[in-house]
Amino acid sequence: MLMVASFVSGFTFGLGLLISGMVQPQKVLGFLDVFGAWDPSLAVVMAAALVVSNAGFALARRRERPILAVQSLWPTKTDIDRSLVTGAALFGIGWGLVGLCPGPALENLATFSPRVIVFVVAMVIGMVLHDLWAKRHTGPVWREGMLPTTADG
Amino acid sequence: MANFTPISAAIGGGLVGLAAALLMLFSGRIAGISGILAGCLGFGTRDKGWRGAFIAGLVFAPLTAGLVGYPVPSPQMPASWGVIVVAGLLVGFGTRLSGGCTSGHGVCGIARLSARSVTATAVFMGTAVVVVALSRHVLGG
Repeated sequence: MLMVASFVSGFTFGLGLLISGMVQPQKVLGFLDVFGAWDPSLAVVMAAALVVSNAGFALARRRERPILAVQSLWPTKTDIDRSLVTGAALFGIGWGLVGLCPGPALENLATFSPRVIVFVVAMVIGMVLHDLWAKRHTGPVWREGMLPTTADG
Repeated sequence: MANFTPISAAIGGGLVGLAAALLMLFSGRIAGISGILAGCLGFGTRDKGWRGAFIAGLVFAPLTAGLVGYPVPSPQMPASWGVIVVAGLLVGFGTRLSGGCTSGHGVCGIARLSARSVTATAVFMGTAVVVVALSRHVLGG
């Protein structure tokens, strides 16, 4: 049942990105191009997503545990550190270069676009490189305390 | 603002928010795509099942939409192969370093009113705006 719920959530997420046009890199770049023919659509997508998810999260917080799992894994980190800012800046550069972030990139694998496939392979390599690097620099502490499950998302 | 599509943006955004709410209510997880994907890649996580199911759902959405006749656009990425590879590496490394992407920080994190996520979102959006401005209006044409 947990798998079904996760699949339905991913499917709903994918429909949202498709209907909103956010699967199209050019639509995303149109939002980022504030000095050109600006397309504010992405701001509307985020605003609507925030309203609905905020209400859903409020419901989830009222429950002792999730419907299908043992516990809710809310992110626990609160510090605004150099990793957060540097990582976000690097991500922003990549996002601005082609207009793809992880969600639309994975979803666009469905189109079998060679450019998307190359992007996703590079993205996965980037993730693995980071995790190898982080493991080397922080050792066992990272393995126990910083599993991806307790990260922000 | 010729390409502004507020109605489909609001409907689609609502669905993205609903997906995040469903995942938290049923599975107790944050719908952050970079984190979900990274957890599939190994490094000690044992809960790959729900992650794989979420990503499968994400990919099945356009396939199903296409089957019922909803137009699925093919992604337009005129950038060179080198730029695509560099962009992919930066997105992968950067989202792991900052602990989230547009979904984990931008939607779920801001919905939780996390100062960390608000900061991350401001930084990656600001940086991306600068990159697009430079590539389209300064370097490009």
